[in-house]
Amino acid sequence: MRSVLALLAALLLGAPALAVTPQERLADPALEARARAISQNLRCLVCQNESIDESDADLAHDIRVLLRQRMLAGDTDAQAVQYMVARYGQFVLLRPPVEPATWVLWYGPGALLLVAGLGTVIWLRRRSGMGAPASVPPLTDVERQRLDAMLRETER
Amino acid sequence: MRKVVYLLPLLAFFVLVAWFALALRPNYDPQTLPSAMIDQPAPAFDLGSLNGGPDLSLDGLKGQVVLVNFFASWCAPCRVEHPILMRLAAEEHVALYGIDYKDRPEDARRILAQLGDPYRAIGLDPDGITGINFGVYGVPETYVIDKTGQIRKRFVGPLTESALQQELLPLLKKLNAS
Repeated sequence: MRSVLALLAALLLGAPALAVTPQERLADPALEARARAISQNLRCLVCQNESIDESDADLAHDIRVLLRQRMLAGDTDAQAVQYMVARYGQFVLLRPPVEPATWVLWYGPGALLLVAGLGTVIWLRRRSGMGAPASVPPLTDVERQRLDAMLRETER
Repeated sequence: MRKVVYLLPLLAFFVLVAWFALALRPNYDPQTLPSAMIDQPAPAFDLGSLNGGPDLSLDGLKGQVVLVNFFASWCAPCRVEHPILMRLAAEEHVALYGIDYKDRPEDARRILAQLGDPYRAIGLDPDGITGINFGVYGVPETYVIDKTGQIRKRFVGPLTESALQQELLPLLKKLNAS
């Protein structure tokens, strides 16, 4: 009975499934929170679309442990991230920094929207301008009489 | 002028097609990462030897152009590239060194006894820290290190005959001549 209760408690109270195992966690909660925040932005090089915080890959585990070792050794957040970038390149960052090589990535969509928006505005302006050219001469009296006759015809 | 504007979408289409063709070319693996360590000094290491000889260290390798191959007994692609490593060592006389990545030494010794040992020396990296320092994200990986201890090239995954002929051997020749 007690074991059933313990199992229930474990199921109900347990944290959501995490790749980070209890042995990996640091005793200091503040340091652990920093490590978690950093590892959520570090790419698992094996799975490539998961952070090391979420990944069950061996390498992700190794990097999580190494990251925590760096933090225990007194690295700042920036130093710990730089440590990984030096080894794995900027690909390891899930959120790439803004720099000349990533301008297309960061500003490309905005630029595209701008160009497309400008194009649309120009096109719409031109079209409405063409719809009512100022040079059309007004109807003559004869034409007006014919038009009135036609309208009367259709009303009947 | 008008006609040129109407040709623009067609042009854009061809640019797109060229882009896709580039991404679909054979032998291109989008998951292969460029190494951050190219033309950087190789990370220092000093590893215990698999076969009980002296330690394998970076300082001990300086002065010659070497190939450092990360492998493991549990790694299937390493078996695929094994015959090529054997040939490199025997026929091309390449200074090939192995780093046994996250492996049990007795397993590595057994597999090398079965298949043959192409390495001049093998260092043990049981916790994979040397691998991480090199930026290894999966075995096998092979690094070309020049005489001054700089990493000049990385091969991810098993070495292939074409990589050997087109990239590795010409590079080794060039580095050895300099």
